[in-house]
Amino acid sequence: MPTDALAAVFTADNLTVIVIATLYGTFVGAMPGLTATMAVALLVPFTYFMDPVPAISAITATTTTAIFAGDIAGALLRMPGTPASAAYVDDSFRLSQEGSARKILFVSLLTAAIGGIVGVAILALAAPQLARFAIGFSSFENFWLATLGITCAILAGSGTVAKNFASLFLGLFVASIGIDVAVGHPRFTFGNVELYDGVSFIPAMIGLFAMSEVLRNARAGANVERLTLSLESVAAALSGAVGAIGRLKRVIAQSSILGTLIGALPGAGADIAAWIAYALAKRGSKTPERFGKGSIEGIAAGGSANNAGVAGAWTPALVFGIPGDSVTAIAIGVLFMKGLTPGPQIFTNDPTLVGALFGSFFVANIVMVFTGGLAILAATMILKVPRTVLMPMVLLSSLVGAYAITGSTLAIWIVLVLGIAGFFMEENGIPMAPAILGIVLGRVLEDNFMVSMMKSQGDLVAFFERPVAAVLGALTLFLWALLLIRAGLQLTRGRTSAHLTPEET
Amino acid sequence: MRSLVSLVAAAVALAATPALAQDCDWTPERAVTYVVPWGAGGGTDANSRMLASLLEKKFGVPFNVVNRTGGNGVTGHSAIAHAAPDGYTVGAVTVEINTMHHVGLTDMTREDITPIALVDIVPASVLVKADSEYETLEDLLAAAKANPGSLTASGTSQGGIWHLALAGLLNAEGMDPAAIRWIPSKGAAPAMQELMAGGVDVATPALSEGKALVEQGELKALAYMHTDRMKALPDVPTTAEVLDSGWTLAAWITISGPGGLPDDITCSYEKAVLEIVDTPEWAEFKASRGADVVKMGSDELAAYMEKSDAALGSTIQAIGLAK
Repeated sequence: MPTDALAAVFTADNLTVIVIATLYGTFVGAMPGLTATMAVALLVPFTYFMDPVPAISAITATTTTAIFAGDIAGALLRMPGTPASAAYVDDSFRLSQEGSARKILFVSLLTAAIGGIVGVAILALAAPQLARFAIGFSSFENFWLATLGITCAILAGSGTVAKNFASLFLGLFVASIGIDVAVGHPRFTFGNVELYDGVSFIPAMIGLFAMSEVLRNARAGANVERLTLSLESVAAALSGAVGAIGRLKRVIAQSSILGTLIGALPGAGADIAAWIAYALAKRGSKTPERFGKGSIEGIAAGGSANNAGVAGAWTPALVFGIPGDSVTAIAIGVLFMKGLTPGPQIFTNDPTLVGALFGSFFVANIVMVFTGGLAILAATMILKVPRTVLMPMVLLSSLVGAYAITGSTLAIWIVLVLGIAGFFMEENGIPMAPAILGIVLGRVLEDNFMVSMMKSQGDLVAFFERPVAAVLGALTLFLWALLLIRAGLQLTRGRTSAHLTPEET
Repeated sequence: MRSLVSLVAAAVALAATPALAQDCDWTPERAVTYVVPWGAGGGTDANSRMLASLLEKKFGVPFNVVNRTGGNGVTGHSAIAHAAPDGYTVGAVTVEINTMHHVGLTDMTREDITPIALVDIVPASVLVKADSEYETLEDLLAAAKANPGSLTASGTSQGGIWHLALAGLLNAEGMDPAAIRWIPSKGAAPAMQELMAGGVDVATPALSEGKALVEQGELKALAYMHTDRMKALPDVPTTAEVLDSGWTLAAWITISGPGGLPDDITCSYEKAVLEIVDTPEWAEFKASRGADVVKMGSDELAAYMEKSDAALGSTIQAIGLAK
């Protein structure tokens, strides 16, 4: 198998496809408002005319780079391309404002590649076993997993426990707008049919992060001292990034493995993976106070976990033909189109193809380092633009980007309303990242809770009856107890906790 | 005065239409929007994208597929129905056009769209886990009859097409439509995940969606809700064979235009699609999905949709979901 598979990976056609797909993925990922799913859906008609191996390579290379490229707009403009990047957008944006945009983007790029490679290695070694475990997740386990995800947002948020909760609850409230998942009742829509679908996370993310940043700059007005930001040289940035990665080996390894495992679970994905890895890195860090204010450690943890999660997401798709997300759903369609049936047999019937898939994934992660590097060099030029010119452009692209993704003017209102909300949250030291996770996971949480309640006919004990659910549930309850104790301590210490909240200067 | 002018114009248009309709030679001159009311990655999306790329080849202008999801299909279907009937917006109208108005989601019906051609027929199935104690559909129904409400099933949302498949089957067999409780899910894939995880006892998605897991021996297909067996899974009995009621249910996907699409445009698209479904590329695509090629033009499709609307309406009525 290895030689056949290698031969299939290293053909001129396949390598060309990978290079083009990484460029395409970088472009789409870096554009706020375009998603990895959309990028892959647009690829499908092209894959029809390709051989199976290049077709799969095109999809894997596109998704891998699109998830990384989401970090570019996040670091430069505070517009995270994916909810998976939202976990550490404050860190990367803060650091890029301090003049190390290229360094932290290289950290993002390299950790993304490492995460992706670790993910593929785990897949190649243990995909069938991992899939067997993942397939055992029902709504009960998924409910606890989502709960664990949002608990991590509180644990890792940069404010006090109370302020993190405030942010999370705002996000959960926004997620409750729209048609209720279980019984189909409209909530908080005030008769507006467009709100039936709820508030989609892309306009929400653009509003909370990018729009509020524009508002903050507008208030600073003419007294913006630095009109442009400095850019470090490529060599300095690269060596800085490589040095940082060398120091963060343990965090990156831990986050990559964790990211792959979480990504393989059907109810989770790259975003929960990034959050849990971020929270865990903060717990283990010597400098937890830097998290949310410019921690390279946090960027490395989240950045490697979400790309590892992308690889992990292939597990149930490849082994059982059950897609964990819409990207792998499309990929399964393409596999079928090529006469390949995903399933345990694919490993014995088509070892060359499976080997080539893993090989292409691996190569895509390597090629991404080069194409992504070029993208970083090109994109960071944006920081040379004076802020007084840049900010109106951000405003314009925020609104256009939000409109483009939904095709409705409602998205523009969402950006504006949440932009103002985000501005006031920031003024009061309330972090915005937990709100984003609330918006992303609120529906997942409610959906799985309601489905579980319908199954058990209202019996709460059922949430602890299945072994995996019981473990996840106990872990979550333990974390909640911990958080309540910490919140109590912060309250009793009163004013002394104020140093935990970043006051804007 | 103005009304007289428009009357004359209408008369001229009317007189001109039959002549044009004969030719069926309308062609788009700029990009066409192809609206898909369901998400990327699903069966409707895959079929529509394939058809769009072949139409693009045929007409030489881009066919841009746009996924207008949400509102259980209402959003996308109204985007198709209410677009300007100029031939530059077409879309994938699916079986839900006949269910949404019965359950009170919208007032829109099949009258508000112009059917062009059938793209796919997707019959439902009855699936259980490979190690399930039920070997046949009769076993399962007997268990449901003995202990109504103890078994659970999933496949789609409450009132969605696969829910109607199961509830309609139970109803047709003279049982309580809720004898097997419905657990809503976001689609066939999460439902099969639940089935594999032991979260529900039965799933009733399209057999084509469960085919891979059945072939691998992870799931057992107890029945195919169709009149003929599936070529790819010839061992799965049809409900028409095993049930007294002969119950069958299939979802379908069409290519349709907005309401009031002029005849010449409709028949030009119809001609193009009917030619495409005869090509080896289309046959290969369908075979890869384990589906048969279906071929049905505008008039026949309109009659088919009317029949389907009546049948689904009485099922929805019978299981108490009508509003």
